[in-house]
Amino acid sequence: MASQPQKQPRRPGGEDDQSPEAAAQAKANPQASQQAEELDSLLDEIDTVLESNAEEFVSSFVQKGGQ
Amino acid sequence: MDRRIFGVETEFGISHRPVEGRGLPPDELARYLFRPVVEFGRSSNIFIPNGSRLYLDVGSHPEYASAECADLIDLIANENAGDRIMHDLAVAAEKAIHLDGFSGQIYVLKNNVDSAGNSYGSHENYLIPRTTHFRRLSGILLPFLVTRQIISGAGRVVPATDETEAHFAFSQRADHMWEGISSATTRARPIINTRDEPHSDAATHRRLHVIVGDSNMSTTTALLRYGSTDLVLRMIEAGVPIGDYELENPISAIRHISHDITGHAAVRVRGAEDHTAVQIQRGLLQRAQRFVAEHGAHHEHVETVLELWERALESVETGDHTLIDHDIDWAIKKRLVEEVADARGLEMGHRRLEQVDMAYHDVNPDRGLFHMLRRRGRATDVLDAGAVTEAMITPPATRAALRGQVVSTARAYGAQSTVDWVHHKLTDRPLDAVMLKDPFAVVDSRIDALLDKLGDRSSQLRERTLDERRGSGASLALTDRYALLGEPERDEPPLI
Repeated sequence: MASQPQKQPRRPGGEDDQSPEAAAQAKANPQASQQAEELDSLLDEIDTVLESNAEEFVSSFVQKGGQ
Repeated sequence: MDRRIFGVETEFGISHRPVEGRGLPPDELARYLFRPVVEFGRSSNIFIPNGSRLYLDVGSHPEYASAECADLIDLIANENAGDRIMHDLAVAAEKAIHLDGFSGQIYVLKNNVDSAGNSYGSHENYLIPRTTHFRRLSGILLPFLVTRQIISGAGRVVPATDETEAHFAFSQRADHMWEGISSATTRARPIINTRDEPHSDAATHRRLHVIVGDSNMSTTTALLRYGSTDLVLRMIEAGVPIGDYELENPISAIRHISHDITGHAAVRVRGAEDHTAVQIQRGLLQRAQRFVAEHGAHHEHVETVLELWERALESVETGDHTLIDHDIDWAIKKRLVEEVADARGLEMGHRRLEQVDMAYHDVNPDRGLFHMLRRRGRATDVLDAGAVTEAMITPPATRAALRGQVVSTARAYGAQSTVDWVHHKLTDRPLDAVMLKDPFAVVDSRIDALLDKLGDRSSQLRERTLDERRGSGASLALTDRYALLGEPERDEPPLI
């Protein structure tokens, strides 16, 4: 039987630490840069609709058991 | 069966998030939500003009039971009408709590787990012939249902426990199934429920009740989920030989499969080598492909179902989830969770990702993350524009149309009616009750005769337009279909 998924640490990232090479690459590839823009716009929209306190939102979502 | 009746019952999770402090408890919130339902139907358990049923279930879950449908697209439209109704009720409830001095927003989530480990379901109903051998049915259907999560699971961000790291799983419901087959639901929570309430002629049919499924946001995923299950049932009913994948321990298998997103988890098959979920699903898919090639497609969506099924299995097998990340809920959600994690530098255990998971299931079309992805072309949809609005007011072409007719006609004449899935009566004429055992029936002379007693419908009733109905109730689904001619349109009471 296979094991549970192992933890895979993620490198902290974001728009701020995009390397100059990556930025240049994005410029050279209009499709990739459009995709990056769309993703940024999606993530921004998500931030506007999600309650900022994730911990409270999640922990307060408690139902009684159903079927 | 070439034609089959389908239905799905959805339990919703609810939450009130005030600007500060604690929200209203679920039972109080549910009462606010159902206020327009009670105003419309004088009860918190009613059949509505589109033929479906709205009610508050065990534990104050708002629940929507779709009308019986004979077509998969009708079923999905009717199911989604329920989501829209819940959203409408949330909007009305939010106004009501604000008038009562509470602040904040109300959330209705079409998901299956809360943060305390409670689970609530999405229960499918399939009409099957009574002659179906139950041992054969369960032997084939259980392994199919246990592994179906890899093609139709809703996906879940699973928080860390003492034993396991936080991770992404195929299914919401898998961890909450306790038995393979049983007659109880709340207590034993079996994958297949055997309580025998056929809601039709018990001599010829039974109603298969499946409670293992995740609630789907994607209509494409829903089509694959119901369509593949129908195909497997069809093969069981036809008596064709189907590979034997009987599982040694279905409950351990369903959990094991859910938590290994690589699809490599192997499970014990009785009298055979261990199988992965992909191997079991592929065996069943190949059998279904051969069956369709030999017997022909029994409805117009079969080809789409087979194509999606094949592609989903290839995606899990190869690990290339981009193949289905616009079509299958778990993959759509997984991509989103990974994008948020990458862009914001969050690890899998971060609460924000659990919040993204929950918000994916928000029925609010402006705020819900699945709806946001669909608007942005990141999720496919098998329904035409307008199909959900139509399904909110129009019953599908089954017995539900007759039920809707009784409800709407009685309301127009100001008469009380009592209906359930099978029975129809006007409260003033208890001896004229009509029992409709055939769920496929769309006309019935006894129903006509019953409604004729209220008046001359063709000259006295006028069908109200969509524009007239819009805005005349908390939800379009809770408005009257007919106006009685000769009486001015009466103003609906204000929504409070």
